[in-house]
Amino acid sequence: MTKQPDPDRRFVETRKQTGYVSRSKAQPETYRALGFRCGLEIHQQLLTEKKLFCRCPAGQYQQDGEYDAEIIRHMRPTLSEMGEYDGTALMEFKTRKRIVYHIKNETACTYDIDDTPPFPINRQALERAMEVALLLKTKIVGELHVTRKQYLDGSIPTGFQRTAIVGIDGEIPLAGRTVSIRQISIEEDSCREVSDVGHDRIYTTDRLGIPLIETVTAPELLSPDQAEEAGHYLRFLARSTGHVRVGIGAARQDVNVSIEGGTRVEIKGVAHLRWIPELTHNEAFRQKALLLIRDRIRKRHKDSETWTMTCTDLDSNQLKNRSDTWKSIQSEGFCFTAVNLPSFGGILSHFMQPGKNFSDELSGRLKVIACLQDPCMTHSEAVCSWLNAEDWASIQKILHAASGDAQVVFWGPLEDRKTALETLEERCRLAFEGVPGETRKSLPNGTTVFERVLPGPDRMYPDTDTAPIPITEVLIEKVEKQIPEDFSGRLKQLEVWGVPRHFLPYILRGNLSALIEQLVNRGMSPGLAGRLVGQDCRHLERKYGKPDGLHEFLIQLFQFILDRNLTHEIILEMLPWIFRHPGKEAAEVYAAGGFHEQHREEILAQIPRFRLAFEESGINHEPAARNRWIMGQLRPLAMGNIPMRELRQTLEGSRT
Amino acid sequence: MSDAFKGYRGKALSVLKEFGVRVWSDASIQTTRGEFKGIILPRSENDDDQHLVLKLNTGYNIGIDIKTITGMKEVNYREAHYKIPEKEFPFSEEKPNVKLFGTGGTIESRLDYRTGAVIPAFSPGELYGAVPELADICNLKTEKLFAVFSENMGPQQYITLAKAIGEEIKNGIHGIVIGHGTDTMHHTAGALAFMVQNPPVPVVMVGSQRSSDRPSSDAALNLIHAATAAATSDIAEVMVCMFGPTSDEYGLLHRGTRVRKMHSSYRSTFRTIGDIPLATVTCEGVKPLKEDYNKRRHDRKANVFPFFEERVSLVYYYPNMHPDIIDALVDNGYKGIVIAGTGLGHVNKPVYPAIERAVRKGVAIYMTVQTLWGYVHMFVYDTGRDLMDKGVIPAENMLPEVAYVKLGWALGQTDDLDCVKEIMLTPVNGEITEREPYNGYLVYQGGIPEIEEFLKRVHK
Repeated sequence: MTKQPDPDRRFVETRKQTGYVSRSKAQPETYRALGFRCGLEIHQQLLTEKKLFCRCPAGQYQQDGEYDAEIIRHMRPTLSEMGEYDGTALMEFKTRKRIVYHIKNETACTYDIDDTPPFPINRQALERAMEVALLLKTKIVGELHVTRKQYLDGSIPTGFQRTAIVGIDGEIPLAGRTVSIRQISIEEDSCREVSDVGHDRIYTTDRLGIPLIETVTAPELLSPDQAEEAGHYLRFLARSTGHVRVGIGAARQDVNVSIEGGTRVEIKGVAHLRWIPELTHNEAFRQKALLLIRDRIRKRHKDSETWTMTCTDLDSNQLKNRSDTWKSIQSEGFCFTAVNLPSFGGILSHFMQPGKNFSDELSGRLKVIACLQDPCMTHSEAVCSWLNAEDWASIQKILHAASGDAQVVFWGPLEDRKTALETLEERCRLAFEGVPGETRKSLPNGTTVFERVLPGPDRMYPDTDTAPIPITEVLIEKVEKQIPEDFSGRLKQLEVWGVPRHFLPYILRGNLSALIEQLVNRGMSPGLAGRLVGQDCRHLERKYGKPDGLHEFLIQLFQFILDRNLTHEIILEMLPWIFRHPGKEAAEVYAAGGFHEQHREEILAQIPRFRLAFEESGINHEPAARNRWIMGQLRPLAMGNIPMRELRQTLEGSRT
Repeated sequence: MSDAFKGYRGKALSVLKEFGVRVWSDASIQTTRGEFKGIILPRSENDDDQHLVLKLNTGYNIGIDIKTITGMKEVNYREAHYKIPEKEFPFSEEKPNVKLFGTGGTIESRLDYRTGAVIPAFSPGELYGAVPELADICNLKTEKLFAVFSENMGPQQYITLAKAIGEEIKNGIHGIVIGHGTDTMHHTAGALAFMVQNPPVPVVMVGSQRSSDRPSSDAALNLIHAATAAATSDIAEVMVCMFGPTSDEYGLLHRGTRVRKMHSSYRSTFRTIGDIPLATVTCEGVKPLKEDYNKRRHDRKANVFPFFEERVSLVYYYPNMHPDIIDALVDNGYKGIVIAGTGLGHVNKPVYPAIERAVRKGVAIYMTVQTLWGYVHMFVYDTGRDLMDKGVIPAENMLPEVAYVKLGWALGQTDDLDCVKEIMLTPVNGEITEREPYNGYLVYQGGIPEIEEFLKRVHK
C-alpha cells in the first residue's frame, strides 16, 4: 500500500505555498505581485415595450413550471469558418443534452423558438443602446451588422445570439485614471434556466429576446475593488438614461480574470456587483495554484502527450468493505470506475479555492460534460467515509498504481462512462498547461465551479437574416438630445458631496443632480439635499406619483424656509404635504402641516412641565424613555424652530 | 467588377479605389467618428453603396459610413480561401446503398462565414464531416444535378431528375434521397410521383427549414431521417421526409401527391392534406401509419414517363376576377388551366364567356379547391353545374399544385383532351382518393381549453 499524505494538512500546506491570503488581509501589493488583471462584461436589459427581434412583450416573466407548451431541441456543433469545431461546441455536443423549452403563449412567438426569421430590429432599443454608447464616449459604427454568436448550451433556441456592435473604444474615468471600454453591443437576452439534471436541461423563454446592452471593458482593472467600482460606475451610467430595466436579473455581469502566466477565465452570471471582489480575488489565487501544480507535474512527468491514465470497472467483489453508500449507488444501476492518475499524488488535495481542492476541478467537469449527478466521484486523497485505506490499497493494486500516483473512483450510468473518462484525461492533461480557458459559474460564497470551455473567436459569424442598419449623423444627433448631460462630472460632484451610493441610481436616472446643486448653492447641506432628493422624494414619488413642477417648487419651498429663518430639516416634514396636496403655495403647506413659528426659549421652557407629566404617569422611569416621549410631544412645536438634534441634546444634557 | 473590390459598387467602390484599399486587407480607417481597424469584407450586392464592411478582431462585423471617412490605409493583406473539410465517407458491404441527388436549396448549402453568403456543401465527404451519423445508416453516393433554389425548379429539372432516378433504379440502388429547397418541394414531389411510377425502392425528398450553419438546424436530423427511410423503409414511393413536430423528435413521410408546405418558416411545415402521412421516421427506423402503400421490391424495374407541357397555368380565383385573365392565357397559347376555385369549386359569372372561349379553343380546364381540404363538388350549386356545362372538369380532391403538375405531365403526353381527361382522373398514386378519412382534416384551433391541454402534454 502506498502511503497517502494527510489531505487536510496537504490542503493547508499548499494554500500557504500558493500565498493565499483572505481578501481582508490582501494589500494592493498582493495583486500587483500576482499580476492581477480584470475586465468586465456588463449586461443590462433595456427598458422597451417589446423584444429586440420580434413583437412579443418584454419584461413579462412566468413562474417556473407555468407554461403552455414544451419544445424539444438538440444543439449540433457547426463547423467554423476555419473548418474547425469550436471547443465549447464540442464540449456541449459531448454532453448530449436534451433541451426542453417551456413556452408561454403570451411571451413567446415562433421567432423565439426559431421557427420564424427575425423581424426588423426594435428601433426604441437601438436608440436606447446608442444613448449609453454615447455616454461611454465610444465611436459609433456607421452601420449596424447583426452577428451570430454561437451558444450551444441551449440558452438560445437558435443556437446563437443575435448581437451587433453599436460603438467601440470608449472610456470611463476611474480612481484618477481612465479605463478603456472595448465595445458596446446590443443583443437579445437568453432563456432562463429552470433546471439541469442529468441529460435534461429545461429553460423558460420569457426572458429570451429582451433587448440588452453588453458593455465590455479592457482588462485594465488591477484590483478586485477597482473591478467592483467600475461595475458601479457602468451601472449608474446606464441607469442615468432612465431607459434601462432595474430589478432582479435586469443587470448581470461576467467578469474576466487573469494573472501573470495564467489565462483569461470568465466568471459568468455574477448577480451582484458586491460579489465581484471576493470572486476575482479567489480566482486569482486559483490560477496561482494551478500554475504551481503545472510546475510540479512537469517536474514529475515531462510531457502531457505521453501521460496516460489506466482504468478498470470496479466490481463489488473486489472490495472488502461494501458500505450502504456503495450499495445505494449500485442500486441506481450505476457502475463504478476506478482510474489511476500517474504522478498526481498530492495534487488532488492541492488547494484551489477556499474549501476546494484540485479534485473539484475534475468533479466539476464530470458533472457538466459527462452529465454525472453530484456526488459522482471520490479519490485517494479525500476523506471518504465508505472507502477506507484497505479499499484504496486494493484499488491501487488492481490498477498497478505506483507511489506518487493518485486514484479516482467515479460512478454513473454506463453510457456516460466513456465521456467521463475522456473528460478526466483531458482535464489532467490540461494541468500540464496551467490554467485552462474556462467559463466558470459564480457561487454566493465567492468561489466558482466549471461551467464550460471558454469559447474561441470561431463562434462569430454574420447573420444572413438581417440587413445592415445605417446609423446616420441625424440619428446620432437625435439620440444625443435624449441623454442626460455630462454624466461623469455629476457623479464626481455627488461623491464630493458625500451623497450615499445607494441614492445615486435614482438621482442619476432622474437627472436630479442639478436640483441638488441648486439647493446646496442656496445653503442646504449636501447631506440633507441628497437625502431629500435621493431618498424622501423617491419614496413619496413611488407612493403618490410625481407632482408637476416638483423641482421648481422644492426651490421655492426652500427659499420660504430661508426667508423665515426656519431650520432646514423642516423641508423633510413638509415634503409629504406637497405630494398629497400638489399645487399649494409654500405658506399654505406650512399652515396645512400645522407648523408654527415659535421662539426657542418658549419651546424649551415647556420641558419641565412634560417631565413632570411623564413622572406622574408612572409608566416608566427610564430616562431614555422619558426623553423619547418628551421629544415626541415637543417635535411638532419645535419643527422648523429648533434643530431636532439640538432639542435632543438639550433633553439628554439636562438633569432629571 | 474586379475581385479586389468584391460586392462594392458606386460611391463605396470609388472610396476604396481612391485610397487603394482592397477587400480582405487589414485596414485602418480614419473617420469623423474616430479610427476603426479591421479586415475589409466583401459587401452583399443588395446592400447600399454608402458603407464599407469591416470585421473587427473580436469577430464582429460593422459598417463604416463612407461620408465619415477622412483617410484609409491598407496595413496588411490576406486573402481568404474557404473550403469545407472533407472526410472520406466510409463504405461497408452490409449497408444498403443510397444515392443522394442534389438540386440545391437550404439543405445543401452552408454559410460562408466570411462573406455571409450561402454556398453549396454537398459532396459525401462534406456531408460526412457535418453529419457523421449518415455512415451508420448507409453507403452514400451523391450527385449534384443542379444548384438552384426551390423557386427555380421547373419541368426541365423534373425530367432530368426522373431520368436520373430511373438510371439508379436500373443500377440496383437500395434507396434514393433528393435534397431540395422546401418552397416547391411539393410541386417536384408531385411531378416525380407521376414521372417515376411504381418504383421498387423509396424515393425520399428532403429539405431543411433552418440552414445547417446554425446549431438548431433541422438539416442534419432531416438527412438522417431521409437516409434511414431510403435505406430501410418498406415504402417504395415518392415521398417527402420532413419534421413532424417542431421539436427534434421524429420526421413524417408524406406521400408525394398529397403533401403541401403549409407554413412559411416552421420546421414542421409539410403536412399531408386530406389523408394521414405514410409513416413516422426516427433514427431507430420507419413506422408506417398507413397500410396501403407500395411495397419495396427487389426488381430493378423503372417506369419512367418524362413528359411535360410547359404551357399550363394555375389560376387562383378571387372575387372580381376579370375574364381577361383567362383570355390572356388562351391568347398566349396555353393548353391547360387549373383553377383553384372558391368553396366547392366556383368562379364568378363574368368569367364564364372566357371559359367558354377557352374550351372552344381546345384548352383543358380543371377545377380544384383553394380550401385545399375537401373535394370539388360541382353539382351542389348552379354555378358548379354551369361551369361543368361549359367544359370545366372537376379534379376531385387533387391539390391545386398537384393538379397543375399532373396536367402539364398529361398534356406532355397527348393533345387528345379525352385522353388527357382519362389520365387526369385516373389516380397514379393517391393524388385522388376515393374517400377522405375524418382524421385527414385536422387544423387545431389554439386557445380552446382541450387543445391547449393537449398541446401542453404533447411536444409541439
